Parts: sequence; C-alpha cells; structure tokens
Amino acid sequence: MAPNSSRRSGHSRRAQYSVFTGYLLAALGALAGAGLLAISFWQPSAFSDLRGAATDVAQPVGEGSAAARTGSNNVWDTIKAYYRAGSKNAALQEEVELARIRLAEAEALEQENARLKSLLGLSESEVEPVTVARLVGSSSTSSRRFAYLGAGRSDGVEIGMPVRSPRGVVGRVLEVSRNSSRILLLTDSESVLPVRRSSDETVAFAEGRGDGLLKIRLINLGLNPLEVGDLFVTSGAGGYYRPGVAVAILSEKTPDGGVARLVAEPSASDYVSVEPLWQGEAVESAATPVELELDE
Amino acid sequence: MERLSPSARSDRYGSRINRTQSPLRASIVPYASILIASLLPLFLLADVMPLVPPLGFLLFLSWRIMRPGLLPMWVGVPLGAFDDLFSGQPFGSAILLWSLTMIAFEAIETRFPWRGFWQDWFTAGLAIVLYVLLAMAVSGAALTTHQLIAAVPQVLLSVLLYPIISRMVAWLDRFRLSRSRRIG
Repeated sequence: MAPNSSRRSGHSRRAQYSVFTGYLLAALGALAGAGLLAISFWQPSAFSDLRGAATDVAQPVGEGSAAARTGSNNVWDTIKAYYRAGSKNAALQEEVELARIRLAEAEALEQENARLKSLLGLSESEVEPVTVARLVGSSSTSSRRFAYLGAGRSDGVEIGMPVRSPRGVVGRVLEVSRNSSRILLLTDSESVLPVRRSSDETVAFAEGRGDGLLKIRLINLGLNPLEVGDLFVTSGAGGYYRPGVAVAILSEKTPDGGVARLVAEPSASDYVSVEPLWQGEAVESAATPVELELDE
Repeated sequence: MERLSPSARSDRYGSRINRTQSPLRASIVPYASILIASLLPLFLLADVMPLVPPLGFLLFLSWRIMRPGLLPMWVGVPLGAFDDLFSGQPFGSAILLWSLTMIAFEAIETRFPWRGFWQDWFTAGLAIVLYVLLAMAVSGAALTTHQLIAAVPQVLLSVLLYPIISRMVAWLDRFRLSRSRRIG
C-alpha cells in the first residue's frame, strides 16, 4: 500500500514545514528519552515514585490475575496427578507411613531441643513476617527479572527486606510504594546472594544468570568440592537474609562452582512473605561511608 | 422502480445513510489499544526468562505500518513513557526506542512508498529484533551470552506473532471507522 498522496509534501511550503516539524519533534523526543535514560542509570531511584504510583493503580487487577493463575496451576496439577495415579498412590502411602515415623522422632527431638534451650536460656528465634501477600505481576517482556508484590509501605514493607515463599528465598524488595512494591528476583542478572552448602560450611555466591538459572561461584577457589544435587541455603552474610533458608539445588558442575536451579519458583508460589532485615544494623553500617561515624 | 442491491448504500464501515463515524472513537481506539497492550504483560508472571512479546511495541508498530500518518511523529514520547512505567526497563528506554522507531519508519516509507504484506512483515520483524536487543542493552544489566540465548524464544514469538497482531489491528481499524453515530 502506498502512503496517501496527502502525506507527500511536494512544493507546498506548509506541508514541507509540517514534515520537518514532525522529524524535529521525534528527534527531540528521542533525545528526551536518552536524557531520561541517563538519569535512570545515574540515579536508579529517580522515577521510583512515578513507577510506584502507576503500579499501585494496576495492583488490584494484578490481584485478580494472581488468583486466576493460582487456580489454573491447580487445575493443571490435578490433570497431571491422574497420570499413573495407582502406582503413585502406593508410593505415596509408603512415604506417608515413613513420614509418620519420622514425625514422631522429630517431635521427640523438638521436645529435647526445647529442654536444652531452656537450660541455656535461649529465646525462640522464629521470625515473624512483616506481611504476607501475592505476587501480582512481573516484568515479563524485559530482560530484567522483577516481580511486583501486592503489599507496600502501608503494610510495613521497606527497601531491602527479603521475600520468601514457603519453599525458600524468592528475592529482595527493591522499591516500595504505598500498596505495592518491586522485587528483584534471584534470577535477575544483577542479583547476588551469599549462600553456603547445607551440609557443610562451603560458602559461595549465588548470582542470577538472566536465563532462570543461578551461577554458584565459590569463594575459596581450589578443588571444587560441589556435587550435583547439593542444596544451598542462605549463609546470613551481608545481613539481609537470615541464615538457613533454602535457595537452590546444584544441577551442573563447572570449574569454579556450578549452575543451580531455584528451589522456590515465584510463578509456582501462591503467597509469599516479606521478612524483616535479619541484621538491620549490619546493613546500615555497610551502607555508611567510612568517614561517618555510626550513631549509637 | 428498480431495486437497488442492499449493499449499494453502504461501504465497508456500514450504511452510509443516516450514519457517520464517531470522531471520539476514531481518535481513541489506536491509543487505548496500545496502552492496554503495554499494560497486559505486567500481569503475567515470568520468573525464568522474558517469554512474553513486547505487546505494546507490537501494537504500536502495527498501527504505524497500517495507518501511516495516523500517529503523530512525537507519539513515542507519551506512549513510550507509559510503557516504561510497567515494563521494568529503566525509565526512558521505551521513549528513546519508540521515537527512533517513528523516525526510522518515516524514512523507510519515503524510500519505499509501495509495499506489501511480506515487506511489512520483514520490516516489522527487523524492528522487533532490533528493539528487543537494544532494550536488553539499555536494561541496566551487563549483557551476557545466557541473556541473549534466553531472549531467542521471545524474539521468535514476537516476529511470528506480528501477522496476527496486524490482523487484530485491522479489525480494530474497522471498528474505529465504523459508522456508528446517527445523524438527524
């Protein structure tokens, strides 16, 4: 299809000027975009209020779609469950019986634990979550991995707080607005999390690769002690995450560590909880320049 | 008296007797559809890799190709700003890239005034590939091979989706210009 003849300027001065103005305005727009982009890089939080207000408006719709997503997940799981139901049922029954025995043992251990703790005078260290909310959306077209949470400043959420699902760590709060907040998921290529192997004290960094997997980078280089199937938990270093929360399972070994898969997939989790900063003072002091003294 | 065929007094937008196009609808539909398409991917949860095509950009592209001159040249600024609010990209990236798209398409159109479906698809496909790559470059994270590999499905899906999106836009255009207002 050829463009309308009216869009050809020909000898008309007026039409020529309007074409020129069009190009000029578009070029100015591109320049403005480049300027705003530069500001976004220089001061990443410069437009967070604007973005936060926009997400606040869209958040109620996200609640609906989150509920629908959970529902459809359940339907799919139900259909999948019918596949080889008989043999699965038998295996599960066996597992339940074993689990009952283990549960009884665990109860005994718990009792003993409580007794020993009372002897030592330790208080219960279970963390009370700041709030529990749904993941209402994500940056699904961008190469960055952000998710949006349906809880914000009014629920007590603050920047830096860890977000976890019942299975393990999901990410960390990046920006907060009134009723929603933006979360940096572990799979984002800018996310780094200090972890350790659950079985011993092998410490490492879990870095997002941007394609859904985590890169495990060992801190002590040398012989790579990792095995496929190792579970990594948070180590507590840095002060953001409390130690001992599941993060990832190693799926491939590389010379300097390995590649791991997430334990807690955000899209599979119904509700997530926001926890307070584990060591708020440590985070604060790490953010304070050396020249300034920490106030007591 | 001769009988006229029933379609003689109507065009593809409906009956021409006693009906006219609604100016409000004609001006709102393109913008509303692009804004809604920008907003939609927010509600899908993609935790592993970017799988959803940049729907806002696809609709913007389709409207630009289908109706040259309908969107003013500077339209990349407001529409891009809206897209940036929800896309997770740093603010300004869509403003920049959508404005550049407008300029590029205007230049391509003066160079090749006659075009058809295949050429449109080729141009749009090229624009989509460049857009995804450039958006990745300005996303604020360092580019890695893993990210590039992860973007391949998204790019393929977007390019393949273009013909369907342009049919949808054609339908929206018929809806936009349908004779709905009653005169007299």
